[in-house]
Amino acid sequence: MEFNVALFMFLVIAAVGTAMAGRLLHAVISLAVVSAVVSVVLFHLHAPMAAVFELSVGAGLIPAVFLSAIGATQRLTPETMQDRRREILQLYWSLPVIVALAALAMTQVRLVGLPTPPAAAPPGDVRTVIWNLRHMDLMGQILALLAAAVTVVVLIKELEHEH
Amino acid sequence: MSIELASGPALLGIGAALILITGFYIIVGTRNMIRAVIGLVLLTKACTVLLAVAGSMRGQLALAQGLIITLIIMEVAILVVAMGIILHLYKRNQSLDTRLLRNLKG
Amino acid sequence: MLPLFLLVPFVSLLILNMLRGRAARRIAFTLVSVVALGQIVAVLWPPARDLPATEPLSAFLALGLHSDSLSQVLLLSIGIVVMAAVAVGRATLSYDKHRVNFVSVLLLSLAAMNGTVLLSDMFSLYVFVEVTSVCSFTLVAFDRTRDSLEGAFKYLIVSVVATVLMLVSVGLLLLVAGGTSFDAVANALRNGGASPLARTAVAAFVCGLFVKGGVVPFHGWLPGAYSTAPPSASVLLAGIMTKVSGVYGLIRLTVSVFPPNAELNWVLLLAGAVSIAVGAFGALRQTDMKWLLSYSSISQVGYIVLGLGCGTPLGVAAAILHLFNHAIFKSLLFINAAAVEQRTGTTNMRLLGGLGSRMPTTSLTSTIAVLSTAGIPPFSGFWSKLVIVIALWQSQHYAYAAFAAMLSVVTLTYLLTMQRRVFFGKTAAHLLETREARLGLVLPEVALALVTTAVGVLFPWIVGTFLFPLGGIR
Repeated sequence: MEFNVALFMFLVIAAVGTAMAGRLLHAVISLAVVSAVVSVVLFHLHAPMAAVFELSVGAGLIPAVFLSAIGATQRLTPETMQDRRREILQLYWSLPVIVALAALAMTQVRLVGLPTPPAAAPPGDVRTVIWNLRHMDLMGQILALLAAAVTVVVLIKELEHEH
Repeated sequence: MSIELASGPALLGIGAALILITGFYIIVGTRNMIRAVIGLVLLTKACTVLLAVAGSMRGQLALAQGLIITLIIMEVAILVVAMGIILHLYKRNQSLDTRLLRNLKG
Repeated sequence: MLPLFLLVPFVSLLILNMLRGRAARRIAFTLVSVVALGQIVAVLWPPARDLPATEPLSAFLALGLHSDSLSQVLLLSIGIVVMAAVAVGRATLSYDKHRVNFVSVLLLSLAAMNGTVLLSDMFSLYVFVEVTSVCSFTLVAFDRTRDSLEGAFKYLIVSVVATVLMLVSVGLLLLVAGGTSFDAVANALRNGGASPLARTAVAAFVCGLFVKGGVVPFHGWLPGAYSTAPPSASVLLAGIMTKVSGVYGLIRLTVSVFPPNAELNWVLLLAGAVSIAVGAFGALRQTDMKWLLSYSSISQVGYIVLGLGCGTPLGVAAAILHLFNHAIFKSLLFINAAAVEQRTGTTNMRLLGGLGSRMPTTSLTSTIAVLSTAGIPPFSGFWSKLVIVIALWQSQHYAYAAFAAMLSVVTLTYLLTMQRRVFFGKTAAHLLETREARLGLVLPEVALALVTTAVGVLFPWIVGTFLFPLGGIR
């Protein structure tokens, strides 16, 4: 089977799996799996730096954040788990169907205006791109991280004090 | 089913679209705050794939990687803020149920 | 020069957080006020524009920055509203030990908003709008009340969905244009704008901006977020933040990136008109000052979008003018609401009445703001509404012009109702002891009222220098 098709299937299955997961924990694990597959996709598309980033953040940092939040809020008993699973199945049974239909429909469409990919040209160095061209983005990232840091102080530190 | 597409990457582009659909489905269908945020993160994964596919089809991989890395960092920031808000709401409501967020009307 | 608009707030932020607790607390508010004031001066004082960017850090950033009259108007508005928000924050901040954090968020918001209006790349636009949004989530949830957390959460979910729309658009544009800068995208759209990919990309980005800007039908998050936020945050959000995240992007894209497009104009006209109506009629139903003012914001942003939809330079100029005017009078109205809340503990109009005699300055400035918003001469709002209607008429959108003029009556109605219920009439029994707001709130009230009056009265004189260059930015 062609590698792209395999990646495509893994991607979609993992994503749908995230939706259909009964427990939050399973959803987060599934999300990490999606991240891993995305990372492989990125690597396959000759974007190694992005792939590494995606793997470490998406399958590492992000699940860690989710897990600590879930740990702080989880109080469910096994009985509630069973009801949840039934509910989720009721809600989401249509999703795989919709996704399969959409996949079928989209693969039949001939997209006009799609450029043909050039011959395997070596991609420019990402580092040069970021440092020489995308200064504003760099600034934006720094601002975003600072904003998140301030929010952590304002929202989360208070949480600990108020206990 | 035949897959009539110009090339492999386009198939991954379709994969991105499907993940988008899944993500929206999660957000609309769930009544658990954390699950909704999981949906949000899934949406950004889709955008990551889309950017990579677009970059690969235009030979602009360096640019695409720069964009993707920035995107990932931005989403971590959003995630952190979202979790902060959710944890506080949990403290107040003792629940992650969005049906309890009905106070604002008008 | 331009990088300073980003670097000064950023460096101030670093300095503020490196100081020890007590020292930091003492200078916090002054620091951000000085930075905002400096911004206003930098925009208005011509010699300041020629200050060269010398240090390597400035030169590093200067590449991505670009300024024109649209950016200048926004920078001015941002500076003014941030000063107003600081003043309100000074007077009303509930947890004083969070003073440094509050000012930090303000400085971050300032840097983010400045960056948004100075950049020239689609992806960077996403980045900076996102940072602005993150700051706004924090501001809404700042006091950690149950309602504000709920408002912040709903706002967050909706906002990130909008972000995803914008990102999808950028991805598609990368495919179509091979780049993300305004120039690259503009070129690609001019040559190949009719392809389904390009059209989807444009539609997605516009929808994302509609959500961020509170344009109907994506306005649902707005009243909840504005009303539950702490008073200073409401001023900042309603005064400028939502506009920078939303309508500024629309204006910038229609002027500099998207080629003239009848379909897009049609969408803008329709969305604008519906926003005016939904906002106005929604405001009529409200019993709380802040909810009423939030719906009013939706309505006024509708006017801006309506002006933009004309597709003519005059329409664009009118939209920008109304953006500026709205920043002034909406901030003023929210300051008044903050003053009322500070002295009476509520903004529920059913519990208020006759505050005019007890809070004369607040009442007077509120009246001025009401008249300006409703478009009554000689205040600034009159002129921007008039020019919008003229622009609509000139571009043969007669129905829309009449509609805009008629809805002004509804605007006047709900605003006068608010004014009457809160300020006019006999003072309610339980409010007889109310005092005027503290100087910290009265000063910005008076200052903003003066600005809206001055702009209105002096308009015939400044129209040459202010308005026409705006229209000519294309």
